Amino acid sequence: MKYIDEFRDGDSARRIAAKIAAEVRPDTSYSFMEFCGGHTHAISRYGIAGMLPPNVRMIHGPGCPVCVLPIGRIDLAISLALDRGVMICTYGDTMRVPASDSLSLIKAKARGADIRMVYSAHDALTLAEQHPDREVVFLAIGFETTTPPTALVLRDAKARDVRNFSVLCCHVLTPSAITHILESAEVRQLGTVPIDGFIGPAHVSIVIGSQPYEHFAEEYRKPVVITGFEPLDVMQGILMLVRQVNAGRAVVENEFSRAVTPEGNLAAQKLVSQVFELRESFEWRGLGEVPYSALKIRPEFAAWDAERKFELHYTSVPDHKQCECGAILRGVKRPADCKLFGTVCTPESPMGSCMVSNEGACAAHYSYGRFRDVARVDIAQAAITSIAK
Amino acid sequence: MCLALPARVVELLPKLRAIVDLGGVRKEVSIDLVDDAQTDDYVIVHVGYAIGKIDPEEAQRTLALFAELSAAQNTLQPSQNMREML
Repeated sequence: MKYIDEFRDGDSARRIAAKIAAEVRPDTSYSFMEFCGGHTHAISRYGIAGMLPPNVRMIHGPGCPVCVLPIGRIDLAISLALDRGVMICTYGDTMRVPASDSLSLIKAKARGADIRMVYSAHDALTLAEQHPDREVVFLAIGFETTTPPTALVLRDAKARDVRNFSVLCCHVLTPSAITHILESAEVRQLGTVPIDGFIGPAHVSIVIGSQPYEHFAEEYRKPVVITGFEPLDVMQGILMLVRQVNAGRAVVENEFSRAVTPEGNLAAQKLVSQVFELRESFEWRGLGEVPYSALKIRPEFAAWDAERKFELHYTSVPDHKQCECGAILRGVKRPADCKLFGTVCTPESPMGSCMVSNEGACAAHYSYGRFRDVARVDIAQAAITSIAK
Repeated sequence: MCLALPARVVELLPKLRAIVDLGGVRKEVSIDLVDDAQTDDYVIVHVGYAIGKIDPEEAQRTLALFAELSAAQNTLQPSQNMREML
């Protein structure tokens, strides 16, 4: 497929890897955070981690909307469906997120709740129009990439006066989360790792552009390279970060220039600001309460805001005691450091959110990398030892 | 979650909708957020909405950057071999 296959060429990847290996300084260690789950997935799936020199470490960031969605928000949706007979529509990603009382949306569905998986926000609004006798709530999650479609359906629901449709808004913002990782006192207390640069979001940046990161690169002296999700993009992005670190530079560079412009998609931004406003604070799994890091629906659209319509009150719920998702989301721990990883917590029955989405650090490591760290046993050597015994 | 794929616009439909082709698979999507999309443009499709367009020239430039790397590598090769010979 055009614009995909040519960005997955193995020979080119090996050449970029050789370039990275030639340019890194042996006495310097490079820790780069890829913010997005899309990058985490690409790094695991295409074996990029294995192509990097040992002193270049990739830290998986919190850019997976499913992974940072706190239990309490899922509980709100489950209670709407189970206790109030609402039809919940949501993206497939959220279906298996573990919630309170050993429930998830998919388990609630098995108990008889009307929960529908939709491909698009548009499908949720269509369902509401097809079932005028039912209350239909769209559980909307995602970063700036996914927010404009939700804004469009809210605009359309108001224009067409679809009164039985509303949105439970859990949309979060990328730049504020990146800033929070670097400066928040709480996060510092919980522990963070030194980060030398960021692989910047790909599809989020199509919408918001490259400008929002500029202030951040300048203020915190951290290089940012906006990078596509294909493996060659990621390799090239890492090479560009290595070059910035070597040169002592900290600027925003754009590797994904085929889709990202400095100003982004202005039509989408305008629409989002007409429908949404900043939320004072929002709880992120792993990061805690992050000020001005999420969106809520403007009062003009109150009739389509599920939180107002059903008078929902958010309650924070702590994670499973032994789950290390919080530390993994901040890059302090690696998936294999968690006691639950691969034993009771697997993609088939996830305990923590990082195991749910295939973009989560744990799920990506489980699917593509869990045998990489296992010590190699020389079969011949093992045979000799056993004979000697 | 932010998964999105480049797809070619094959037909513009009324109400800012369009048929796109993704490696032979055809799907109807909304072009409300990219209302200047034309037939044969490549748009980036996310949850049934085109959120941006691919700039073919920029894509070519990025690919050329990878190719330059390989050209540089090839010119490097003989000198490396020379060093080995020495």
